This record gives sequence, C-alpha cells and structure tokens, in this order.
Amino acid sequence: MDGFGIRIEGLRKRYGEGDTAITALKDVNMTVAPGEVVGLIGPSGSGKSTLLKCLGAVIEPTAGRMTLGQEIIYDNGWRLPDLRALRRDRIGFVFQAPYLIPFLDVTDNVALLPMLAGRPNGEARKRAGELLEALDVGHRAKAQPSQLSGGEQQRVAIARALANQPPVILADEPTAPLDSERALGVVRILNDMARQFRTAIIVVTHDEKIIPTFKRIYHIRDGQTFEEPGKAREAPI
Amino acid sequence: MISLAGRDILHSWSKFVFTGIGLGLLIGATLTMAGVYRGMVDDAKVLLNNSGADLWVVQQDTLGPYAESSSIHDDVYRSLLTLPGVARAANVTYLTMQVRRGQQDVRAMVVGFEAGQPGEPEYLVAGRQLTRSHYEAVADVKTGFRLGDRIRIRRHDYTVVGLTRRMVSSGGDPMVFIPLKDAQEAQFLKDNDAILNERARTAANPTLNRPGVPGLLDAIQASQTANRNVNAVLVQLAPGAAAEQVASAVKRWKHLQAYSRSEMEEILVAKLIATSARQIGMFLVILAVVSAAIVAFIIYTMTLGKIREIAVLKLIGTRNRTIAGMILQQAMGLGVIGFIVGKTVATLWAPYFPKYVLLEPGDALRGFLAVMLICTLASTLAIRAALRVDPATAIGG
Repeated sequence: MDGFGIRIEGLRKRYGEGDTAITALKDVNMTVAPGEVVGLIGPSGSGKSTLLKCLGAVIEPTAGRMTLGQEIIYDNGWRLPDLRALRRDRIGFVFQAPYLIPFLDVTDNVALLPMLAGRPNGEARKRAGELLEALDVGHRAKAQPSQLSGGEQQRVAIARALANQPPVILADEPTAPLDSERALGVVRILNDMARQFRTAIIVVTHDEKIIPTFKRIYHIRDGQTFEEPGKAREAPI
Repeated sequence: MISLAGRDILHSWSKFVFTGIGLGLLIGATLTMAGVYRGMVDDAKVLLNNSGADLWVVQQDTLGPYAESSSIHDDVYRSLLTLPGVARAANVTYLTMQVRRGQQDVRAMVVGFEAGQPGEPEYLVAGRQLTRSHYEAVADVKTGFRLGDRIRIRRHDYTVVGLTRRMVSSGGDPMVFIPLKDAQEAQFLKDNDAILNERARTAANPTLNRPGVPGLLDAIQASQTANRNVNAVLVQLAPGAAAEQVASAVKRWKHLQAYSRSEMEEILVAKLIATSARQIGMFLVILAVVSAAIVAFIIYTMTLGKIREIAVLKLIGTRNRTIAGMILQQAMGLGVIGFIVGKTVATLWAPYFPKYVLLEPGDALRGFLAVMLICTLASTLAIRAALRVDPATAIGG
C-alpha cells in the first residue's frame, strides 16, 4: 500500500431534510500517508465526531469520496457491500476510554478481532501476544481489564486496534483521561506503531499536551478542514 | 472463536448463580406442581389397582363409589355371583372421616371389606391381615399408626394389626381397613340419642303403631336400626369374560350401574380430579409467566449494563448474530442453572409433601424444554435492545 493510507475528498454530511437540515460536514479534504500520525483538532460542534463516524463507516456521508489504500470505499455511496467487515479488517478504533470487554482477559480482548475475522484461536492469540509485547504490556496478558492501570488499558486498546493490521486507525481523544506523562507515552506508542506497521493514524484531540507532537494537523471548523503543519515537523516524539 | 457468553458468565458467575438459584426455586415449585398432579393421577390408579376389581357395581345413575355416594343392598353380591362371567363379588364400603389416634384426629378413608375377598389390601409392609370379625384394622403407614395402636372410629376402638403402603383415596387420604360389618355400622348407624328419638317418633305414628297389629312396631324399629347397605360391590371376572358384557348384564337385569376398569379410571381422572388438574394447570401457567418475566428482566438489565461494550463490539465488526447468540446463550445458561437447581430441590422436598408427589422423567424433560423455550423468548427483549444499539455511540459524544 503505497501513496496514502486514507484520502478524503469533498466529503459532506447533512442531517435531516428541508428547512431543518443541518450540514455537519461541508467540504472535508484529508490525506494521511501510511506510517503517518495526524491530529484533528476543532472546537465542540465543529464536526469532529461526525467526520470520525463517516471515516469509521458507521454513518453514511451525503457526498464525497473516500479512498483506503488503493481502493475507493465511498464515492457518493458506499462501494463495499459489507461495512462491518470493513470496520473489522481495515479500520482500527481507539476510544477516549479504552472500552475493553470486561469479561475477556487482556489477550482475548486483543485476539477477539482476528477471531471475528475468522482466524484460528491459536493464531489470533499469537498475534495478540506479539502486539502486547510490542506495547510493553505482555506481562499483563492474562490479567482482567479491571486489574490494569489507565495507561495499560489504553495500550491494550491500541493493541486491539492493530490486531487485524488495518491500514487506518481512528483514535478518538485517546489521551483524555491520562496525565501528561501517560498521554505523551500513548502518543509515542501511536507514532511507533504507525512507523512499525505502516498504519495511517488520525488522532482527534483537544489535548493541548499532545498537540505539539503532531507533524501535521487538520483543523476542523464549521464542517470544513484546514491543514497546517505541526510543530514536531522532523522529530516526532 | 471464544464463547463470549461463557466468558461473561464466568466473569460474573456469582450474579448468574444466585439468579439461577432464585429461578431454580421457582422451577422447583413448577415441577412440584406437575408432580402433585401426577401424584393425584397415580393415587387414583393405585386405588383402582389395589381394589383388585374388574367391575365396580354401584347404585344406578351414580358415579360411585369414589366420585359420588352410592348405596346398594348388601345382598346384591349374591345375585351378581349368578351372572355368567362373574368369578368373585364382594361388598365394600368407603367413608372418609376423622379417626382418633390418642388425642389427635387423623383424616382417613375407612374401608370396610370382607377378609379374603376383593377389596382386601393386597400386600402388607408389617403385621398381618384381619383374622377376626370385629375391632381389628389395617392402616396405611401415612396415617402414622403403628402396630398395636388403637384407632377410635365412632364408638369403637380398633387395634392396628397390619400396616400397608400407598393405599390412599383419590383425594390422597390414607386408608384404614376394618371388617365390613364394623364399617357398615360406622357409616350408617345412628347415635343412641338419634335412635331413641327415632323410636319415639315411630311409636307416636298411628299408622306404624297399630294396636291391632302386634309386632309391627318392633319390626319397623328393628329395620330402622339395622343396616343392610354397602357402597359398592367389587366384581372379579372369570378368565375370558368380557367386562362390557358383564356390565351390560348388570345394568339390564339388576338395575344397577357397573363400571369397567377403564370407565372407573375415566371417572377418577377426568371427573374427580379434573378441577384440581385445571387449578394446577393455572398455577403452572402463572409460574411459567413469572419465570419468563424474571429471566427477561435479568437478561434485559444485564444487557443494558453492557450497552457500551455492545456498541464497541458492533463497531469493531462483531456480527449481530454473534451478539444475539451471546445474549441467548446467557439466557439459556441461566435456564440450565435454574433447571438443575429446580430439579434438585423438587426431588429433595417432594417426600415431605403430605400428598404423593410423582416426579416423572418425562415431565422433567418437558419442563427442561419449556424452560429453554421460556428463556429463549425472554431473551428476545434483550436481543432487540442490543441490536438497536448504534455502533456510533462508541465514538465521540
């Protein structure tokens, strides 16, 4: 997958019809390369969540085009018959809270996605073990989510997002509940993972602590995106 | 693929176990109600089996002797013995009453029979059969009597010389067997005051006390105090005789009612305990509805407690059928726990019920299938709630 991880062109989203219609996204354009981490910043009500939901294929845009790797997945309509499979296999999600499944141990939380994709349990757990080691939580593999610290839970959530080696990860305020040190740690991990797995990562955030760590930032305001260079142009943490 | 339902159950096992126990007690009560009905039917069949009769001859136009009262003369059996196909015939009386054991009352069905004839208890668990003509009794162990105990019936005391088991009336009252003559007296004989009063009334009646007819008053009074009635005649047929033909002859020539074994079973099961069966049926329906409501409520609240996780599962690509399967398996797991607990407690507490409770394997199997069906239906509410969860709720605000 060369070129870009995800490209969005002229994406629009309107809720409702007629006089009561609200246009949440007017003209969104974004490109994120494989291995790149970009920030998406904007005030409340600017359309961040709507954009993330469109990118995550949980709501349908009104118009525009989205390309994942070499494949157009949306062009004024979904091009793929199975959006569930798209979310499972080609898009990773990291949420504000880790939202780990409380009744699965750490390994199975990560292995669940490959299992859902039809991979054998042994292979899925091997993959989970490798990711947990890479994220430095391998020693908590058999623990229950409730036994982990907030930072450990978020690392497990990142491992889960990477489990099916998706070309894109959407991270929705992944550092919100963490202190500065842990927040920067999570961003460092996202950068490492992006480089290691050639994953395009979009981080939606309000967090002033981590904004300076992005090489590129997209501002979203009134449903439109504006790109600006980040402060960490050459040396991301 | 790992079992999400199994992991969730293991994770919150105490909630499942305690809910399962609660549900199990309800299922145990349901199984016991079914067992009570089966026990009533079985009691009725045991009653018929133990009588040793092929035909029951009773008063015309009655459903006696168990479902309705019946009174026929005690010499009828002699004429029945002359009918073709009749091998043996014997008088019996049945009277449900309170008998005295010391200072306590015991509800029992007093059966009067002739020793060695149909109606005699077939087997004893202790003691011997009646050998004397008066004042001996054989009692069912459920009466609480022991060998040598004295039973007070009306004005006389009877000594328990034998004990039997599973000899109960269709109403579940244990039986006490006494000689026929004693039973006739207990059933039909009036108390002394009533006899004196009756004699005075008869003597004061100029039609019955005619000075010109000596001996008339004595004869009438003797007939009033003597008792020549029994409730039924039990008939055993000769080998090869058809019950329907003999019954038809009894009806045609003796102006009595005769019931075959199958007809008597129909009377007992379909008529005598029909109301009780409907009552139990209503209880079963109510208990099933309550069980369904409990399972539905528990599974629904457990599902609502996992809405965020379900949203995440849907967002990361879990199929609806996987989520529905998880909830369904949890509901059925609860049903399995409940059924095991219910069957166990029903088996443990059944012997302590005053009436016979018969827990049949077939009923247990049907109960298990019903529990599974109820749990499946009860889970639909939670499944609908889970399937309505929007995966988008996992993202943003």
